[in-house]
Amino acid sequence: MSEELKKTDAKELKDDDKNKPAPAAAEPVEPAQIKADPSKTHVVATWKYERPLTACRFDPLGRYVFAGTEDYTVQRFDLKDGKPTPLLGHESWCRAIGFSPDGKATFTGGYDGRLLWWQTDADSPTPLRAITAHNGWIRALAVSPDGQQIATCGNDHLVKVWNAADGSVIHTLTGHESHVYNVAFHPDNQSLVSCDHRAIFRHWNLSDGKEVRTFSAPTLYKYDDKFRAHLGGARSLAFSGDGKLLVAGGTTNVTNALGGILECAAASFDWESGKQKLLHVTKEKNRGTIWGLAWHPEGYWIGMSGGRNALLVFWKPDQAEEFAKFAMPEIGRDFALHPDGLQAAVAMAESQVRICRLTAKA
Amino acid sequence: MKCDYACGTAEHGTSRRQFLGGLATGVGALTLGGSASWIPVAAAEQLKQTQKRILTFFLHGGVSQLESWDPKPNTVWGGPFRSIATSVPDIRISELLPFTAQQMHHLSLVRGINTKNSGHGPGQIQMTTGRNPMGAEQPHLGAVAAKALTPDSFSLPGHILIKGGGSSGGAAAYLGPRFAAVTLEDGKAPQHSQLPNTVSGEAESRRQEFRRSANDRFAGRRRTADTDAYTLSFDQARELMARREVFDVSKEPARDHELYGKSEFGQHCLLARRLLEEGVPFVQVNHSNYDTHYENFDYHLEQLGEFDRPFATLVNDLHERGLLADTLIVVMSEMGRTPKINPRYGRDHWGTAWSVCLGGAGVARGAVVGKTSSDGMKVVDREVDHGHLFHTYLQAVGVDTKQEFVIGGRKFPIADPAKGPISELLA
Repeated sequence: MSEELKKTDAKELKDDDKNKPAPAAAEPVEPAQIKADPSKTHVVATWKYERPLTACRFDPLGRYVFAGTEDYTVQRFDLKDGKPTPLLGHESWCRAIGFSPDGKATFTGGYDGRLLWWQTDADSPTPLRAITAHNGWIRALAVSPDGQQIATCGNDHLVKVWNAADGSVIHTLTGHESHVYNVAFHPDNQSLVSCDHRAIFRHWNLSDGKEVRTFSAPTLYKYDDKFRAHLGGARSLAFSGDGKLLVAGGTTNVTNALGGILECAAASFDWESGKQKLLHVTKEKNRGTIWGLAWHPEGYWIGMSGGRNALLVFWKPDQAEEFAKFAMPEIGRDFALHPDGLQAAVAMAESQVRICRLTAKA
Repeated sequence: MKCDYACGTAEHGTSRRQFLGGLATGVGALTLGGSASWIPVAAAEQLKQTQKRILTFFLHGGVSQLESWDPKPNTVWGGPFRSIATSVPDIRISELLPFTAQQMHHLSLVRGINTKNSGHGPGQIQMTTGRNPMGAEQPHLGAVAAKALTPDSFSLPGHILIKGGGSSGGAAAYLGPRFAAVTLEDGKAPQHSQLPNTVSGEAESRRQEFRRSANDRFAGRRRTADTDAYTLSFDQARELMARREVFDVSKEPARDHELYGKSEFGQHCLLARRLLEEGVPFVQVNHSNYDTHYENFDYHLEQLGEFDRPFATLVNDLHERGLLADTLIVVMSEMGRTPKINPRYGRDHWGTAWSVCLGGAGVARGAVVGKTSSDGMKVVDREVDHGHLFHTYLQAVGVDTKQEFVIGGRKFPIADPAKGPISELLA
């Protein structure tokens, strides 16, 4: 990290200190007292790594950014100084990262099909448990709101629910007929939703592992007659804080998926009815994929489109187009929202993590 | 170059019928400006038994060598897929091809291809004609194979393209339209190969009689290669209409449909088997969607996932039916893909260091020829190109590629005279 960025970062953290516990404090981070202002989003830190990044997540205590990389490692960047610490254990790329709600445990799912447990703040992290969870990639994982279960999905068309405490399998959920791209727990801790390559959603009852219903997002999927291929699926998935909305990020208006001639979009569903409510798009068409999504505690969605750049897009739930956006020149591959709601991380293809602050510059 | 033998030369007089007749009786053989000693067959039955065939799979868009035949896991540009062991010790291929891996003992790999080209159009020309795209049009491998391998009195086309995506191609150039590809769009029988319900059999007979009469009259004064091809196309079409069920893959047993799978590509592989069993000398099966500038890994997962099982099933099936020894199989693309992964998880065009898979008739089994650098950026051992491959394919099925076609008094080398076969691959 450059000296200049260090100064900037330090200044931002100093501002934060006036309003909330320090990010490094070992207590859950409460949403900040000051409000975010997406229109003022700016970059406060850039941490270089040697290889392109594939994923990123903040831990629940807001101390670290964990990032998957193309060298099969996960790197834990310390938010204080951007120093990376490697997590060595996967035998392929990792794009699935999650945490226990108390922040003590970290879970990673790799394209090697393995699910690994880690101590989040270990000085020299080593896997505490490793299980072969899927035949083929683990594409995504989610941790239940109570922290007792981990859900994974993969290229074996399966969704699996694991006991976070001992790694035993609780449910193996079958029904998807294509690669399962994403999975998310409902905030009520009773339901799970998964979405596959063909944008078919399956709602699962966690108490008995039964499928409750299916619904689809035709706006995020097409069968291309020219290419003879199925194109689509949810590259990102998130519930609103109250659980009334589900949003799936991906692409729409695809004319040449292989060439990246497509537009970023996120389909919003009314959870109760399973009906699509809105297709969130950008005012100025953006050739990218919504690789990352988060619900902001102040009541809006943040999506990150990567394709031609890294574009943070801020959508109100009842408006199709964004009310704010922030673009970075590099191409983003994942996005995470800090638990304070004031910072965001973007994993870049150009081997760096960008830390953005969603407030005015100090 | 266009075929035009309206010149009254002797070669004109010894065109298709005599050429094929010679082949069938072992008397004359091909119009190759002299000897044509390959396929020394004397009887129809023997011809059937030793009939050489070529089956190519063209993976349109440019399949990634790193996600198929030359994986380099855990290297700087290796990508997320791992390599897996195959039925041949020391040969590992991408984990995206688990069924093919079990058939590797029937197959070989050429990993040192440098075609010095990274474009779709030029690459397709290079890989299907064995020449660079300059000057006169050159015949497609299928046209050459059809001319060289089609038995006498063969009532089906000698050059068939089963098209499921991808472009058509299959030009015969100077060999004449007789040898151009007959395309089975979506694996369906050729268009208009069924007599309309409104035309009775009697009316059809009268119609054909009148057509023949008019043709003969015209040909007596102004016969050319094109008019011959035109006439032939009618004869062939009638034969084809009579044997239309050859193209009906639904006639295959249910068990085989189960084996090959219900995907479009699986059905096309089963149709290819059906055509090869009928003795069609050249069949190309297209599979598209490999031009993955965006999300290369997701789409290779999808496409090779569709390719792998039917392809491996067909290789094994041909072996078990005793056809593999006489059928050359080639899996090719117009190029490979860049080792470097672009920011959109894509790989771009790359003709500098890539691979082809082949097996069956006339080639060594379980061999690897050529090697790329650890980062996949260049060939470091036994560099070859499309010219060498073209010689290899044809010599594997018995064609002497140092010979020439003589068309209209002009000589056309069958393959690039500046190149030769990959000799260590020939069995």
